[in-house]
Amino acid sequence: MIKLFDIQKSFGKNKVLQGISFVIPKGKITVIIGRSGEGKSVLLKHLIRLINPDEGKILVDGTDILSLNEIELKEFRKKFGMLFQNAALFDSMNVFSNVAFPLVEHTNMTDHEIASRVHEVLELVGLKDIDEKMPEELSGGMRKRVGLARSIALLPQILLYDEPTTGLDPIMTDAIDQLIVNTQKQLGVTSVVISHDIEASFRIADRVAMLHEGKIILEGQRVDFEASKHPFIKRFLEGRATGTEL
Amino acid sequence: MKTLGLKFEWFVTQTALVMGGYTRFAGQFFTWVRQKPFRSRQIFLQMNVIGVDSTPIILLVGFFTGAVFALQAGYSFRLFNAETMVGATVGLSLAREIAPVFAALMVIARVGSSMSAELGTMRVTEQIDALEAMAVNPYHYLVVPRVIASIAMLPLLTVLFVFIGIVGSYIVGVGLLDIPEGPFLYRLEYYLEMKDLIGGLIKSGIFGFILAVISCYQGFNAHGGAKGVGLATTRAVVIASVSILVTDYFLTQWILELTR
Repeated sequence: MIKLFDIQKSFGKNKVLQGISFVIPKGKITVIIGRSGEGKSVLLKHLIRLINPDEGKILVDGTDILSLNEIELKEFRKKFGMLFQNAALFDSMNVFSNVAFPLVEHTNMTDHEIASRVHEVLELVGLKDIDEKMPEELSGGMRKRVGLARSIALLPQILLYDEPTTGLDPIMTDAIDQLIVNTQKQLGVTSVVISHDIEASFRIADRVAMLHEGKIILEGQRVDFEASKHPFIKRFLEGRATGTEL
Repeated sequence: MKTLGLKFEWFVTQTALVMGGYTRFAGQFFTWVRQKPFRSRQIFLQMNVIGVDSTPIILLVGFFTGAVFALQAGYSFRLFNAETMVGATVGLSLAREIAPVFAALMVIARVGSSMSAELGTMRVTEQIDALEAMAVNPYHYLVVPRVIASIAMLPLLTVLFVFIGIVGSYIVGVGLLDIPEGPFLYRLEYYLEMKDLIGGLIKSGIFGFILAVISCYQGFNAHGGAKGVGLATTRAVVIASVSILVTDYFLTQWILELTR
């Protein structure tokens, strides 16, 4: 379980997070939605301390992650897998080396065991026979699948997805959404997904949290959002722009 | 007057911040270089990029530097009937000053820029974040091997530069200016001492550290997409080149006092 208490973060004069407090339950899919530029990715990066908050507290399975030193943080991060917005594959390595990277770094597995694990996770995300391909030879969807395979190679307990379907066509979007659900079911992980696609969020999420103006303004499921009287939530559900947005 | 004062204050603050950033970044090297695992594969890979791949340009620049130096010195020394001192003059200048500085400038242009661009691209495409997310310290994985390789390879490139520079001066001095071979070589051997070469090698090792740290720092702190990476690369080349020239003065003073 991940608990956030009054997380605040500013970049210069821009206050991005203004007191985020909420709980991410264990073994469930939680989707954080909001408009572009609202700080969703910034919030996600706080969970793994890629960014430190200016104020607040983050507990992951009871551990205050802001109190960890560099060595403890390194161990702590092995709990996590993270799929970045553009997959963040190492462009100097082929697909096999990318997926094998965490195994080479953190395990004593033999070359044969690593190869077997790499092929296992690649198959889990629906890919095979692409070991030698370089990241630039892959389509957007394939890159994200390889990124996901790399994230789950070490069997993490918590998976973070930063806009996993942005820029993909509807079919590939659905495929990745199914992959998130299947991965969660098969590995029993806690999943946190960043998205601005509200319909897809309702389809895959156990809980949806909406980030607006630096705060979580609503947590719940489809019914809670549809019942909300909050003007921004109503506009978001309708996909309607007003005023300066036009 | 008030505006000028504010501008000065801003300049001092920014300079202090940047210098603080560099110092912290350089300091991290001494922390992370002692951490396991020892990344020998990465280090050899970088040694290949910095050293082996720079050899052709070092040979070319070194040869013509020695050759043109001998040509100028030859015509000037002829006025005083001292042409036989050309070999010694070129050799001493190369070993003490020209080879370490020119080799460092060549490596900055060829490798420092690419280090900065590569790490900058990794930063803006979140590859450095991905390393951190996978519990791999990016400083340990990316910066330490580059700095070690740079410290190790710069002295070797400097030796190569000195050698090929002397060959260039020999060809021009003895071959074109008709300086007698015996006195040319005798004076070179007589005046050029091991301490001159060692002083140059100490300098080049320090230059290797400086250029790698500055290039990596700029890459690590790049932001703002392709334009940001371009700016970081330009800054890396300019700041590293200027730093080498400024540091060279103080190192020269220090080494001259030590070897006096």
